[in-house]
Amino acid sequence: MHKSILHKLISYTLLPCLLLILSAMPVHAKEAPNVSADPVLEKHVMAIAEELRCLVCQNQTIADSHADLAIDLRNQVREKLAQGMSDRDVIDFMVQRYGDFVLYRPPVKATTWLLWFGPFLFLVGGIFFLGLKLKRRARDLPVVTLSEAEKTRVTALLASTTESKDKT
Amino acid sequence: MKRFLWPLAAFIALVVFLGVGLRLNPREVPSPLIGKPVPAFQLTQLLDADKTISDRDMAGQVWLLNVWASWCVSCRQEHPILVEFAKANVVPIIGLNYKDGRQDGADWLAKFGNPYRVSAFDSAGRVGIDFGVYGVPETFVIDKHGVIRYKQIGPITPEVITDKLLPLIKELNRA
Repeated sequence: MHKSILHKLISYTLLPCLLLILSAMPVHAKEAPNVSADPVLEKHVMAIAEELRCLVCQNQTIADSHADLAIDLRNQVREKLAQGMSDRDVIDFMVQRYGDFVLYRPPVKATTWLLWFGPFLFLVGGIFFLGLKLKRRARDLPVVTLSEAEKTRVTALLASTTESKDKT
Repeated sequence: MKRFLWPLAAFIALVVFLGVGLRLNPREVPSPLIGKPVPAFQLTQLLDADKTISDRDMAGQVWLLNVWASWCVSCRQEHPILVEFAKANVVPIIGLNYKDGRQDGADWLAKFGNPYRVSAFDSAGRVGIDFGVYGVPETFVIDKHGVIRYKQIGPITPEVITDKLLPLIKELNRA
C-alpha cells in the first residue's frame, strides 16, 4: 500500500519535475550572451539596459530578459557606448525606433500628466470628500432633547453609580 | 436609495475603464516611425547574395515592406494571404528576411510561394532594429517620398487588406 503511494508520488510528481529541470538546463546554458571583456563597460551597459523595456516580454527590462530582441538590443547598447555615444544618445536611439514605450520610466510630458499626477488628483479628491462628509455629519447629528421625567431618571442613575463607586 | 447612487456611478465608471482596457492589445505599441522617413538600409538579397537592395531602389513609388522569417509561426499564417495579394499586383512588396538563415529563408519561399519582388537579407537583425521591429510579422506602407505611413503589427488578414491597406495605397498613389 505505502509502496504504491510512494511509487505514484515519484512517477507523477518527482519524475516530471526532474525532467522539467533537466530539459530547462541546456536552454540556460545556451544563453551566454557575448559579454564584453571590460567589466566597467558591462556595468554601464546593464545600467542603461535596466531603463529599457523589452518589447517582446513587456514587463521585463532588456537587462532581465532572455528574449532574442533583448539580447540584440543589449548588444546595440554595448556597441554604441563603445563608439563613445553618451547615455542620452543611446536612450534617444531606442526611443526613435520603439517610442516612449521602450522607457521603463515614462517621461513627464503633456500626454503623461494624467499618469504621473492622476494618483495625487485622487488623493486630493478623496481628502476633499472626506472633509465634506465629516462636516455634513457633524451638522446633521440629531439634537436629542430629554423630557423632564427622563432628566430626573438620568440624575438618579448617575447618583446611584457614583454612590456605588464611593462604597467600594 | 440615493446614497448608493454615487458608489454605483463610480463602480460603473471603473467597470467601463477596465472593460476598455481589456480590449486594448498591449502588444500593439504605436510606432514612432509613422510619418517619418524610412530608415536607410542596404542589404544583400536573400536569393542572390551578389545583389543588394536599398530603400533608395524603391524611391518614387508606394511600396510595402513585410518583415518575415522562416522561424516565425504567424508568418506562415499570413503568407497565403500575402501570396494572393501579390498576385493582384497592386503594390510591390519587399520582404525583410529578419534574423534568419539564407538557406532556411530560401527553402521557405520555395515551399510556400514567394510574394516578394525582392527579399532583403537581415541576418543580424540590424535593419530590423532600425525599423523598430519587435514582433514578426510586421508590415510597413511607404509612400512615394519614402515616408512610412502605416505599420501593421502581426499577421495581415483579408480584413486588414480591404479595410486598411487598399484604401491607403489608393490614396497614396493618387497623391
